[in-house]
Amino acid sequence: MLHLQDCTFFTRKEILRLFDRYRDLAPQLVPLDYTDQPDVRLPYELIGSMPELKDNPFRQRIAEVFSEDGEGNMTLDDFLDMFSVLSEMAPRDLKAYYAFKIYDFNNDDFLCKSDLEKTLNKLTRNELTEDEVRMVCEKVIDEADLDNDGRLSLEDFQHMIVRAPDFLSTFHIRI
Amino acid sequence: EKVGEEKPEVLSPEELEKLKEEVDERKKLISTLRGKPWPMRKKLESHEFVEKYEGALGKGKSRKLYAYKVMMLKKWMKFQRDFENFKTACVPWEMKIKEIESKYVSYLFLLYPCTVLLVLPGCLLFFNLAEKALMGRPYGSMPRKTVPRADEANAMDFAVLWDFGGYAQYSVLFYGYYNSQRAIGWLKFRMPLSYFLVGVGTVAYSYMVVIRTMARNANEDGGGDNNSFNFSWKMFTSWDYLIGNPETADNKFASITTSFKEAILEEQESRKDDNIHLTRFLRVLANFLVLCCLAGSGYLIYFVVRRSQKFALEGLESHSWWERNEVNMVMSLLGMFCPMLFDVISALENYHPRIALQWQLGRIFALFLGNLYTFIIALMDEINLKREEEEVLKLNMTIWEASLYNGTLGVNSTAPPITVHPADIPRGPCWETMVGQEFVRLIVSDTMTTYITLLIGDFLRAVLVRFLNYCWCWDLEAGFPSYSEFDVSGNVLGLIFNQGMIWMGAFYAPCLPALNVLRLHVSMYLQCWAVMCCNVPQERVFKASGSNNFYMAMLLVILFLSTLPAIYTIVTIPPSFDCGPFSGKSRMFDVIQETLESDFPAWFGKVFSYASNPGLVLPFLLLMVLAIYYLQSTSKSYKQANLELKKKLQTVSRTINKVLTLIQHLLYSLFMSSYLSSPLGGEHRAHQGKSNHQIPPSATSPPAPRGHRIPGPLPGNQWQPAPSVQRVPNSQRH
Repeated sequence: MLHLQDCTFFTRKEILRLFDRYRDLAPQLVPLDYTDQPDVRLPYELIGSMPELKDNPFRQRIAEVFSEDGEGNMTLDDFLDMFSVLSEMAPRDLKAYYAFKIYDFNNDDFLCKSDLEKTLNKLTRNELTEDEVRMVCEKVIDEADLDNDGRLSLEDFQHMIVRAPDFLSTFHIRI
Repeated sequence: EKVGEEKPEVLSPEELEKLKEEVDERKKLISTLRGKPWPMRKKLESHEFVEKYEGALGKGKSRKLYAYKVMMLKKWMKFQRDFENFKTACVPWEMKIKEIESKYVSYLFLLYPCTVLLVLPGCLLFFNLAEKALMGRPYGSMPRKTVPRADEANAMDFAVLWDFGGYAQYSVLFYGYYNSQRAIGWLKFRMPLSYFLVGVGTVAYSYMVVIRTMARNANEDGGGDNNSFNFSWKMFTSWDYLIGNPETADNKFASITTSFKEAILEEQESRKDDNIHLTRFLRVLANFLVLCCLAGSGYLIYFVVRRSQKFALEGLESHSWWERNEVNMVMSLLGMFCPMLFDVISALENYHPRIALQWQLGRIFALFLGNLYTFIIALMDEINLKREEEEVLKLNMTIWEASLYNGTLGVNSTAPPITVHPADIPRGPCWETMVGQEFVRLIVSDTMTTYITLLIGDFLRAVLVRFLNYCWCWDLEAGFPSYSEFDVSGNVLGLIFNQGMIWMGAFYAPCLPALNVLRLHVSMYLQCWAVMCCNVPQERVFKASGSNNFYMAMLLVILFLSTLPAIYTIVTIPPSFDCGPFSGKSRMFDVIQETLESDFPAWFGKVFSYASNPGLVLPFLLLMVLAIYYLQSTSKSYKQANLELKKKLQTVSRTINKVLTLIQHLLYSLFMSSYLSSPLGGEHRAHQGKSNHQIPPSATSPPAPRGHRIPGPLPGNQWQPAPSVQRVPNSQRH
């Protein structure tokens, strides 16, 4: 418990509350005493149905990024890590790092055009035409790509996002 | 904890030392673990490492001291954690705010600076009060603290109390209650001085908090240019992760789509502005109408205040409730209806929604300011009236005192003083208390209006829409009137104005901030309930400006404009002769002079008098103005330099990229030439026919070409120099 407090931004009370939330997702799978079975893993469907996440178009990516197996199935540690990074106490750089990973759909450590297109389509629920999508993605690469390789690296992304006035307030889940 | 029992005295002292260093380093790492982007498993490993080896280290020579250090460190960390736990427990209404934020996007963060701003002055003035209560003379001991005999009959009536007369008037709520005795009680508490300093101090503290918040927000902005990452920010920061409600999510998707479409349109510059003259004419017309509204409302208030003065002269009892409270009701109603009018007029203007919102807020701001200043001017007239009354009363006092002794004694003779009950002594009209009362009444009526608007405009409307919908011809929920939207900017503006009124009245009604804290608590609960039960989220969710500093800047302006009247009255109008902590002095700030003379050593007073010499103060002010000008121009030049550097960065990186690609090609061709010219390469060449065409594209360059970028080497791009380089060395080498 003490170690978890050092590894996340949560206090003891909050960690206990989060453990209760985790357990409520699948009471039959998660034992009351966590140390009995520390490797219990909840499938993505349960995580994605949480009220905080169910309306988020990026919930699958969020779960994949924070889960150990990369498929979205989360242990309690992953669960705590996820909400710790998304809490309001996490610093800007940490959030920027994880935001980059979330928007990187193909996990190649770069935000290439297809990643941007997927992001935009998820944001607008496919309501923009192909031309418009293409135009926006080109514009984004134009604005943010500093090393001119046609895609956004982590440094490009961080350089752009730390200046955004809304980033900290929107990249935030309260639980 | 695992103790390294399996490793007893096996370690040599040097190894022990090294292990200790490593453990210390890990501990330092642990304190920064939270901010590291590692998976949890990796983070927990550090803990395991420390635990495992701490035990082993404890068995060395200085083990006792080391074990003690470790224990103290653990205790300190536990204490820090417990303190953090305690601090978070103190945050009020956490779950409530979470509920609302999931529905309404983060707005309540603005409430925090306001609450902080209010709680502190509330506390400070409570302190003032407590001292008074503990040290000062109680109710009934002095004329200023007692209800006059004539009013005693109805001093407890609810109507009178609601108007803040009767007992409420002669209580700690208002300025007039406080004693002007210089030092009170065994602590020699300097009452007038503390009153003055607390009043000035709260204003100074408010300025500091607002400016500090603004500076912090400005720093977070990064001093950046708002337009350079327009699309990127739209893409990566427009979705609000707090949304937990399908309705809000739908609205958000729609608004994001609309915002992208708008931005695309603007980017393509396909907006045809054919009717520019018509638009301009309509905008001028709209502004003219708004000015008429503002002028009209100003005149209305002035007229109403004049009328109420007339009523006051005739005696308030002869008028109906409406006539007595006319001023406050008119001001509140104007504050309610004029913004709606402005909204309708702004439909003429056809601006972009963000700009329209800024105009709307600006106009509401002007309305509020105009109304308040008209009110204050009318108040000034009343103050002058009261002061004239006071003069008359002072004359009458001497006559009354003489009558007490029944004219039997001369002016200079000594006789046992006749005790008179404080309630019977005639008192002057205390203009300061009157000002305090007016402000308190204004705020109370404002609060009432807000609550009633909330109940009728939101709750009743929602009830009607919900239940009448079954038996009405058109869909009430979708069309008119539908549920009311939660207007974020309007509510924030209301909060800011409320704060302005508090600042104005705080000096003359010391308990006002405390009352306001109470009012805010009630408002919070009421609004929370209303928001969750009767409101729907706004359809187009956007902010008045890119940064949070817009509202902070407004707060600062209002702070300045609100404290101006109070400061003016402190400096120019002499205080009443028989009420308040400054009674008897010719100016309120004389208390400072008095304190300097009596409580501080003589040299201090001299220094102060030199420092406050206009000959010194004016050059100092000039110097500050020059410093501000200088700082502003340097900051402008820095911003400029920043932009240029950014552009340069882009050009430089482009050039570097070009150079790197060139070098790549050069190296590759050199390699190929040396490879092909070697014996191995010779064979290879024999096997291949035309090797020219088979130069593979470089693995690290982008495959697809872009218009304005360096074209990467395309497959099939023929490098003419290479074949010729191949042939020449062949003859030279072998």
